[in-house]
Amino acid sequence: MLKLATMQDAMNRLVHDGDIVAMEGFTHLIPFAAGHELIRQRRRELTLVRLTPDLIFDQMIAAGCARKLVFSWAGNPGVGSLHAFRRAVEHGFPRPLELEEYSHFGLTLRLQAGAAGVPFLPTRNFAGSDLPRVNPRICRVTCPHTGEELWSVPALTPDVAILHAQRADAEGNTQVWGLVGVHKEAAFAARRVVVVVEEVVAPEVIRRDPNRTLIPGFRVDAVVEEPFGAHPSYVQGYYDRDNDFYARWEEISRDAQSLARYLDEWVYGLADRRTYREKMPETVEGLRARQMLCAPVNYGY
Amino acid sequence: MSRNFSTYEIMVTSAARMLRDAEVVFVGIGIPNVAVNLARRTRCPNLVLIYESGAIGSQPERLPTSIGDPALVTGALGVCSMPEVFQYYLQRGLIDVGFLGGAQIDRYGNLNTTVIGDYHKPTTRLPGSGGACEIAALARRTLIVMPHKRRSFTERLDFVTSPGYLGGADARQRLGLPGGGPQAVITDLGVLKFSPDQGEMVLESLHPGATLDQVQENTGWLLRAASQLTQTEPPSDEELRVLREEFGQRAAAS
Repeated sequence: MLKLATMQDAMNRLVHDGDIVAMEGFTHLIPFAAGHELIRQRRRELTLVRLTPDLIFDQMIAAGCARKLVFSWAGNPGVGSLHAFRRAVEHGFPRPLELEEYSHFGLTLRLQAGAAGVPFLPTRNFAGSDLPRVNPRICRVTCPHTGEELWSVPALTPDVAILHAQRADAEGNTQVWGLVGVHKEAAFAARRVVVVVEEVVAPEVIRRDPNRTLIPGFRVDAVVEEPFGAHPSYVQGYYDRDNDFYARWEEISRDAQSLARYLDEWVYGLADRRTYREKMPETVEGLRARQMLCAPVNYGY
Repeated sequence: MSRNFSTYEIMVTSAARMLRDAEVVFVGIGIPNVAVNLARRTRCPNLVLIYESGAIGSQPERLPTSIGDPALVTGALGVCSMPEVFQYYLQRGLIDVGFLGGAQIDRYGNLNTTVIGDYHKPTTRLPGSGGACEIAALARRTLIVMPHKRRSFTERLDFVTSPGYLGGADARQRLGLPGGGPQAVITDLGVLKFSPDQGEMVLESLHPGATLDQVQENTGWLLRAASQLTQTEPPSDEELRVLREEFGQRAAAS
């Protein structure tokens, strides 16, 4: 079944007001193009799930999309704060934001439990930390086999996962290389899956390298081809992280008005990712990845 | 002052010297990253570098600006998913050393990276745990690197994100925490270790130029000092050469 869709159509059809939306990608493959489209469509009351909210959730929080945030590290890596997130938490601006907070390991396990179809997973983490005190979902569990006292987190099953990747075929068989984060766990845990890729490729390209497939097509509801769709984050083998933009975000976001101007110019003021891309030709060129090919492997028998 | 190195450089070399060859190290960004790479280039050529993003055996050709930098993947020995890095490497007990830092630390090496003020009505909301809580719980030992400031070295934390020795040396064992806890705190003024009996921070050495009074002034509790307080070994010429020439690190103003 062919699942190609435009970003507009995929977000409209598959992400609804009030949904639990996981948009993963650990520094790598952050689905900015999808986030911008959700802001444009004025999606509301979302529960946003990411280990690292990053700039994309800072923008979505500022735009009023989020009711609640499920997360484990809310900063601008190597730069400092996420200011829209802080304004929401510290001052309730533009609206209060409910927090459900974990460590990376804790939130990773929640998605893994969701993907594996079990109600919880145990961990040796969390003793002595105040995190369980402020998040009652992190609770004690006794091992029925050894009697050991462990901690546990419940399965997380998002309504929808939005995941950026290098390439997929039109049926949604999706290949990723470089850092894989919790892409696979999010894809298997969620009820619906949208995959956004740099390139849609022929099924033969996928079949020639099956070990690189992270998400099978039958888990995927829509495939959106969106080159440069993860900018200012990066896509291994396609473009580098725009570290200058991450640094500039400090200045843009420190003041709510200046952030609103950014959204007006770069999100509301543009129709889609193509116009975004065309508005910054030097950046697109400057971030293009060098070629560092690996040796082919022999799948023959 | 006649010394030929910066505070930044002695923090890096002090951290690097706490590593032993062939250890498996969970690396952070900033000073820990530079320290681990310095150790690898000097005394510990067989260190294995693992990043929480899943990169294993990285050889970054540029200093990574984030823990998920693409340069950590290019030329690495392997890449694994985050569930694997936390379960198979960290929780399985394969990580010898992890690095931590924080906005607040208390005498037991407990760290706060979550909030200043009340959790539900914070004065300042900080980023949170990230991987810190599990590194503190599960690494065989941890090294804490942070600037020595009175508002950071506090009697009471507003929030315990990552456990050190909690309320005393035996508390970790009582709670079933598998990791060994903090080995040392490296600041811009000196190196502090923890007393085996009480798990309390003890000033072990002063960096050249720093004084005991200065350290006490910047610590929010009555700090214990080792009976044989020493001076931190300054960076060697070779360490400074590697830092400045091979890593292109400019000596930060001291």
